Amino acid sequence: MNGLLASLQGAVAQGILWGIMVLGVYITFRLMDIADLTVDGSFALGACVCAVLVVNKQVNPVIALFAAMAAGLVAGAVTGLLHTIFEIPAILAGILTQISLWSINLRIMGGKSNLPLLKTETLISGLSDALGLTQAQASMIVGIIVAIIVIVFLYWFFGTEIGSAMRATGNNEDMVRALGVNTKMTKLLSLTLSNGLVGLSGALVCQSQKYGDVGSGTGAIVIGLAAIVIGEVLMGRLTPFYWKLTSVVAGSVIYFVIRALVLRMGMNANDMKLLSAIIVALALCIPVAVSKYRLKKEYSEGGEEEC
Amino acid sequence: MLTISNVKKTFNKGTVNEKKALNGINLHLDEGDFVTIIGGNGAGKSTMLNMIAGVYPIDSGKIVIDGINISREPEYKRAKYIGRVFQDPMRGTAANMEIQENLAMAFRRGRIRGLGWGIKSSEKDYYREALAQLGLGLQTRMTSKVGLLSGGQRQALTLLMATLQKPRLLLLDEHTAALDPKTAKKVLELTEKIVDEQNLTAMMVTHNMKDAIQIGNRLIMMHEGRIIYDVSGEEKKKLQVEDLLERFETASGEEFANDRMMLGQ
Ligand SMILES: Nc1ncnc2c1ncn2[C@@H]1O[C@H](COP(=O)(O)OP(=O)(O)O)[C@@H](O)[C@H]1O
Ligand SMILES: [Mg+2]
Repeated sequence: MNGLLASLQGAVAQGILWGIMVLGVYITFRLMDIADLTVDGSFALGACVCAVLVVNKQVNPVIALFAAMAAGLVAGAVTGLLHTIFEIPAILAGILTQISLWSINLRIMGGKSNLPLLKTETLISGLSDALGLTQAQASMIVGIIVAIIVIVFLYWFFGTEIGSAMRATGNNEDMVRALGVNTKMTKLLSLTLSNGLVGLSGALVCQSQKYGDVGSGTGAIVIGLAAIVIGEVLMGRLTPFYWKLTSVVAGSVIYFVIRALVLRMGMNANDMKLLSAIIVALALCIPVAVSKYRLKKEYSEGGEEEC
Repeated sequence: MLTISNVKKTFNKGTVNEKKALNGINLHLDEGDFVTIIGGNGAGKSTMLNMIAGVYPIDSGKIVIDGINISREPEYKRAKYIGRVFQDPMRGTAANMEIQENLAMAFRRGRIRGLGWGIKSSEKDYYREALAQLGLGLQTRMTSKVGLLSGGQRQALTLLMATLQKPRLLLLDEHTAALDPKTAKKVLELTEKIVDEQNLTAMMVTHNMKDAIQIGNRLIMMHEGRIIYDVSGEEKKKLQVEDLLERFETASGEEFANDRMMLGQ
């Protein structure tokens, strides 16, 4: 029982820290209607930058978080420029950045694919030492604080003139352009902002797990989409914006709790990605299937007459 | 106010799908002109408005508004001068955003957007009054999502949005064509009212010849990317639908084969 509790605590903590990444995915996927595959690369980028700075350069762990976020911002901007200036489809632009980040991350790590932070103090280990908390509890506290800051920031930002223009771009690009918005700019900005959060999340997870790994972001986009879908199923889609943002993080927590549970039930950890992909695929298929079914049911050979 | 000189546009140049959409358009509009535009399908009416708005770059020629050459300005920069209503009611509004949010977007047309609030509470009274002017009861639904409105309501809202900041030029591209006749009439009346009250310069594409004759002070007919007839003032007032049909036939050497137009009477 104690083992279960501990693993659930760990799962909740991971869920919150990854939730920052999911907030980033939410910006591109739900607000801008862009599927951005940069995420897998920029998450690992955040983790690698953080690990190298903390371990090799003895940089303050908080500053390392900001550096990781900055690196994510740059990665997002690269995808954004490829997509807006050079008109490469968003998915392909994201894949290009993601692939190049694999090599770049390895270079950042000096050729090693994994860098442990065991002996170095991080934000999270510092907190757990100071307050006598477990690693999971300290991660949770840090995660909640960062998540609240990010949600408040996003709530404010998407209420501003620029933020509104970004939301409107995802909704109806023709209209916002006709109303004087440079839609290339708004898309670039959203991809940049999104990957900044993803990089930050990668660094937080790195500090919490005590290692940086070039493969840590693999499948992050699917985790992000699954968490968004879970959050929406749970909280509904017609809620105020701050609730939506909160439900995104909640979705992430639930995702990691489910993961911990099925793993405890003996599922192979390698199958987890398959499960996530199925969740996302179902979430995307169901609305289409439902509307097709409705159309079929509404069809009558007699035209518009009711029968 | 608006001068278009020798504007040409060919789509898909150098391919089998090459299509000369505009064959040298010359047009001058004075302040306060309200021009109706008619012509068969594919005559280039939409393309002309799109070229003015900057949706696609022009191949050659010049477009000047208020002495400023906007020929090479991107669409979003030209929005400073131009208000637009499209044929498709879905295109002019953001469905997932509130009515007041849509208006706030429109209120900022042509202004630099910063980190101030996207909608200030002080603006809301102004929006409420403006919505009331439409006479559709939308002023009580300011926080409803636009996606919940009917096509006619959305089109009226788009019209309001296009004119919320007085545009130098209002472009209307068959903006009532997708509506049922009763709603179309209502939106058309609103259009005349707004253009009149704000003394706007406007261009309106329509397939209804009667409307084209009755509305505005000037009428142009397009055919194969050219303006083939341009009439204004007293002469326009005296026009009959039959005159327009005859004009079309002599100018183009074809029967007027647009059944949509005939029905439009
Ligand atoms: N984006 C485009 N790409 C290719 N051809 C186009 C495009 N827009 C318009 N055309 C062509 O240009 C011609 C003029 O079209 P349009 O201006 O839409 O006519 P109208 O509005 O008078 O019916 C048509 O032959 C049309 O097929
Ligand atoms: Mg047209």
